[in-house]
Amino acid sequence: MTSTHSTTNIVIAGLGGQGIITASDILAEAAFRAGFDVKKSELHGMSQRGGSVTSDVRFGERVLSPMVPAGEADVLLVLEPTQIEINRPLLRAEGVLLTTDVIPPDALKNKKSLNVAMLGALSGVLEIDEDHWLNAMHAHLAEKLHRINDEAFELGRRCAQPD
Amino acid sequence: MTDSLTKSRQLLSGDDAVALAALHAGTALGIGYPGTPSTEILETLDRLGGRAQWSPNEKTALEVAIGVAFAGARALATMKHVGLNVAADALFTATYTDVDGGLIIVSADDPGMASSQNEQDNRRYARAAGIPMLEPVDSQQAYDFTWLGYELSERWKIPVLLRLTTRVCHSLTPVLPRAPIAPRVADFRRDVPARVMIPAYAKPAHHRLRAKLADIAAWNEAEGPMQTEMGSRSLGIISTGISAMHAREAAPEASHFSFGLTYPLPIGRIRDFASQFERVLVIEEGDPVLVEEVRAAGIPVEGKTERFRFSELDVARVRRIVAGDDSEEPTPPKGKPPELCPGCSHRTVFHALRDLDCIVAGDIGCYTLGVLPPFSAMDTCVCMGASITAGLGLRHALPPDQARRVVSVIGDSTFVHSGLTGLAEMAYNPPPTGHLVMILDNETTAMTGQQEHPGTGRAIDHSRAHRMDFAAVARAMGIAHVDLIDESAKNIDLKARIAECLARDETALMIVRQPCVLAAPKIRLYEKAADQHCTAAPAA
Repeated sequence: MTSTHSTTNIVIAGLGGQGIITASDILAEAAFRAGFDVKKSELHGMSQRGGSVTSDVRFGERVLSPMVPAGEADVLLVLEPTQIEINRPLLRAEGVLLTTDVIPPDALKNKKSLNVAMLGALSGVLEIDEDHWLNAMHAHLAEKLHRINDEAFELGRRCAQPD
Repeated sequence: MTDSLTKSRQLLSGDDAVALAALHAGTALGIGYPGTPSTEILETLDRLGGRAQWSPNEKTALEVAIGVAFAGARALATMKHVGLNVAADALFTATYTDVDGGLIIVSADDPGMASSQNEQDNRRYARAAGIPMLEPVDSQQAYDFTWLGYELSERWKIPVLLRLTTRVCHSLTPVLPRAPIAPRVADFRRDVPARVMIPAYAKPAHHRLRAKLADIAAWNEAEGPMQTEMGSRSLGIISTGISAMHAREAAPEASHFSFGLTYPLPIGRIRDFASQFERVLVIEEGDPVLVEEVRAAGIPVEGKTERFRFSELDVARVRRIVAGDDSEEPTPPKGKPPELCPGCSHRTVFHALRDLDCIVAGDIGCYTLGVLPPFSAMDTCVCMGASITAGLGLRHALPPDQARRVVSVIGDSTFVHSGLTGLAEMAYNPPPTGHLVMILDNETTAMTGQQEHPGTGRAIDHSRAHRMDFAAVARAMGIAHVDLIDESAKNIDLKARIAECLARDETALMIVRQPCVLAAPKIRLYEKAADQHCTAAPAA
């Protein structure tokens, strides 16, 4: 039986319409391409009407439950400031909180790619090769959106690692 | 996405896995009514090139699917848990009949009610209707059990219930697909005693059903899908579905037994497993279905306390059950509730109903959000279609001054699903004060993600289909006053129009039409494509 210690737990949170589900799909796909066992879970439905949305992504050697237990998220990525406090209990004591503060205002060419910029920031704290990230993005986004999202991803990655 | 779905090992949702398996296993027709968390199954099947259709409601869908299976081809009927209530009339007799082609009915249950009006546990339906039930733990099993479901269905000529739950439907997990097979050729075989359920034939059919179930139980004992992981000798855990995953993570030191064909139970195997431990615990989400049945077989097992009957299980909750901790659980922080979209035409309607102090019998759809502030303009919501009929009941019983304030509001997709018979009831048994029904027609099934229905004039792939004319239907049914309002037109005093209807003691239908703001851009594209197709066709 694999212990849960080898599982990396990420929670992505925000509001309906911000691309939470797409971001978590890309993250799950990137981890899958990197060879991990992966499970991703979220709730659909009413959340499409502007309400709170969270999505859980877990990867590692063997993942069991698709849901991140409260207090065990290694990273909490929040796209909307009002959603930080309500999701903070999901984060473990030494976990990383990633908020949109890492992206300088007006640095993004297209506000809709904030989710992907935040994935760029997230990529700095996870051990997944950049190629897997880019391939996963391209698999999930329309071709005409590849360029703007590649740039957003790079922006996020740079911002999170200022050196 | 379409291409990647048919390649080797890939990351799929449970819904997509069922669709892919249905395609690979040669399903002749997938049919259903959209409902979270089941909706994506048919959308994906259509996208992959399989044959898929939206039906007006679940009963209609299941009956069509039964016909496909009678014809000897494989059929898939999909619905959410409450949808099975609508289809139950067909279900309880379908199990008596012999199907030649495989028939799988998907029940996508929603423990925790992420997007539903109740938390019913459809494992009860398997027992009540006598239908074998498969419960996958992840997308791989969702894929495999779709294949297995067809095999069992054809071997025993019986429909099979594939019970998914939200966390299986909407979780992405890896799937390794199999090589596709060609669909079976449909060919009618006459078998009146096995298909015509008059009492003379139904009585032996019930005996046949019980014999089939006994056979299937024996198969389940011998070669059913099950998994044992031996750990500690002090604690053995029996679990099924997604609970099995939570249990394995919450109690890695324990021994675990789980099985996929969860009705009829492999009771001998459960007994063998249970006999090895001092403490045996049943971990199940929802009702105490499994624990009661295992205990009834004389196997001493421990279940969860009543507290854990409500909402979903997760790893933390299973840890508590294992520890025997029945103390108060931490309340998760409240998120931002959903709301009607900015620019949604329903907003105008609910503002008007609030200002007129109406008693509003509501229905199931995103417009149910009219119950929340700032509208606070909905007083009842039970099940699909009940807005019209419950509104009629209110009108029948209330004193006239209150009765004249009652209005039923229903969405366009819901109207087709379950409102038509309510409208017939209104014409046939009108209350003394009459009644007003408003169809909030946003030209899509908005709640579940903008699916088509018989009132949109487009099929599941958005190509042109016949469009039901709600106003003509109402007139033909005998509704006294029919008013079609284009909400996007200027200078409409909706409040005055509603007040006028309420003042008259007659039956009235008001259709307030404006495309859903989220769907409108797509609808324009579909219409454009359909127009081009129409003009291109004669030249070709």
